[in-house]
Amino acid sequence: MKKETVLMKGNEAIAHAAVRCGCDGYFGYPITPQSEVLETLAAIKPWETTGMVVLQCESEIAAINMLYGGGGTGKRVMTSSSSIGIALMQEGISYMAGAEIPAVIVNVQRGGPGLGTIQPSQADYFQATRGGGNGDYETPVLAPASVQEMADMVEESFQLAFKYRTPVMILSDGVIGQMMEKCVLPEQRPRRTNEEVIAECPWAATGWRRADRKERNVITSVDLDPARFEQFNLKLQAKYKEIRDNEVRYELITPEGAELQGDINKVEADLAIVAFGSAARISQKVIQLAKEDGLRVALLRPITVWPYPYEQVKLLAERVQGILCVEINAGQMVTDVQLAVQGRVPVEHYGRLGGIIPDPAEVYEALRKMWHK
Amino acid sequence: MHYCPGCSHGVVHKLIAEVIAEMGMEEQTIGVSPVGCAVFAYNYIDIDWEEAAHGRAPALATAIKRLWPERLVFSYQGDGDIGAIGTAETVHALNRGEHITMIFVNNTVYGMTGGQMAPTTLIGQKTVTCPYGREEDIQGYPLRIPELACTLDGTRYVTRQSVHSVAAIRKCKAAIKKAFMNSMEGGGSNLIEILGTCSSGWKTTPEKANQWMEENMFKFYQVGDLKDR
Ligand SMILES: Cc1ncc(C[n+]2csc(CCOP(=O)(O)OP(=O)(O)O)c2C)c(N)n1
Repeated sequence: MKKETVLMKGNEAIAHAAVRCGCDGYFGYPITPQSEVLETLAAIKPWETTGMVVLQCESEIAAINMLYGGGGTGKRVMTSSSSIGIALMQEGISYMAGAEIPAVIVNVQRGGPGLGTIQPSQADYFQATRGGGNGDYETPVLAPASVQEMADMVEESFQLAFKYRTPVMILSDGVIGQMMEKCVLPEQRPRRTNEEVIAECPWAATGWRRADRKERNVITSVDLDPARFEQFNLKLQAKYKEIRDNEVRYELITPEGAELQGDINKVEADLAIVAFGSAARISQKVIQLAKEDGLRVALLRPITVWPYPYEQVKLLAERVQGILCVEINAGQMVTDVQLAVQGRVPVEHYGRLGGIIPDPAEVYEALRKMWHK
Repeated sequence: MHYCPGCSHGVVHKLIAEVIAEMGMEEQTIGVSPVGCAVFAYNYIDIDWEEAAHGRAPALATAIKRLWPERLVFSYQGDGDIGAIGTAETVHALNRGEHITMIFVNNTVYGMTGGQMAPTTLIGQKTVTCPYGREEDIQGYPLRIPELACTLDGTRYVTRQSVHSVAAIRKCKAAIKKAFMNSMEGGGSNLIEILGTCSSGWKTTPEKANQWMEENMFKFYQVGDLKDR
């Protein structure tokens, strides 16, 4: 399959991108608003083309443990779900962090708590960025804001997952999952052969061929020796520091609407919005509304919400009079913004709940009130 | 060895190791160990392993076998692991007809956590969480997992074995070999229950434990093949 420009939903783009980037296995369980991922895979039958395994599991618990099993053999494995299903996966994600298993987990968020609503939400920010399961661990989390990013982040996540031997999450939401946009799908890349997997993942449980390695491989997270286990935990923490130091990704948009990758010191603005995912898409409209009124608003969009662009938000706070954090939740990422800003300028939150998507006009109203305070 | 004196796990480990060696599959096997007394099974059999979360070994084994169809893949579990917390994974892996073998040791208690009631605890049997004996009206009935597995179209070979005598050990080894050969051939999933003793969990001596097993467990858990196709 050649590189191809298509019009499709974010959920469909994820499925096509998985096949095209040489994913070995997808394991999932239906839940709105992401069922199109499994449905698309079932329809395009990649097991007949690339040999990719696609399996509808008995639960999200089974799905995440299949990722643990498959990822532990060095294969590229992936699942997707929505909020409630991701909550069920937390034990498995913690095991994978502890056993250092690469895998990609997509959360197309819906509103909670509980069964909540099938409408979009960003209320799983804490769960995603604070290590939702037990123990001291972190998970790299990428937040797409377009269908194109849904597709691109599959390969990007696999790269991170294998580079650092960690589960990686794509934190999307029902807006991005369901909306249709133009999207460029990458060229088909072949799945790695077993020999390539064995060579690239010398740590994986692939069957102990004595010619390949001196030690057998045991994928496990258990260690009952406190001194040794403390050392292991410190090693994990060092890995998380390395990720924090090297993998922060963000996008900066000036009041003029131009993209300013990197140079926050060139921002000339009155106020700034910090928003991720679909809230950032809405915020781009808000910037335009503000511009028409002569109010200069910059937008910082964290692309990785863990590791978080604390340093960039801090620098931005030095260039503006205040920051509005726009989220489709009751105020979660705003705590990270406050951590970065450290009281230098006022920080406020604007969000809607229950599955309601904020309208650019109402967000602008909140911004205007903040400006006139 | 982290097992207690008189524990059946050690014997079962040895049988599995022997079968893998006899099949010449040492370099082609991936085992999945459980949460339970056998969590460190990987210390005793020289193959690649993955250690699963409590009850999820069949899910791991499913993915491993599907992604590496040429490998011999088995899970090793306890009765609580396979028949309580992991019931859904057990039933569905078996019924999908995964080309794997699931081996579990039924010692009628949660050995690792100190001898609490298991899904397989017999009526009247005392444990620390049913200190007056298991009662149908309160704790329900003991679960016969192989009997359940037999009703699933995905299973190929289902058997109950024990390792309390030399003759039983020989039969058990033959069953493990058959299941492992099946796993390489396909044709469905394979389940082996192995009746075992837990003198620590039962608060008795290894000798008395063997006697108790023969007198009480064999009546309810009848040894032999339940399905072979
Ligand atoms: C999710 C979860 N719940 C509970 C436990 C605690 N736990 C560890 S082992 C075990 C019971 C194991 O019993 P069984 O499967 O019968 O195996 P045995 O130890 O008897 O061999 C329990 C409840 C756990 N580790 N994880």
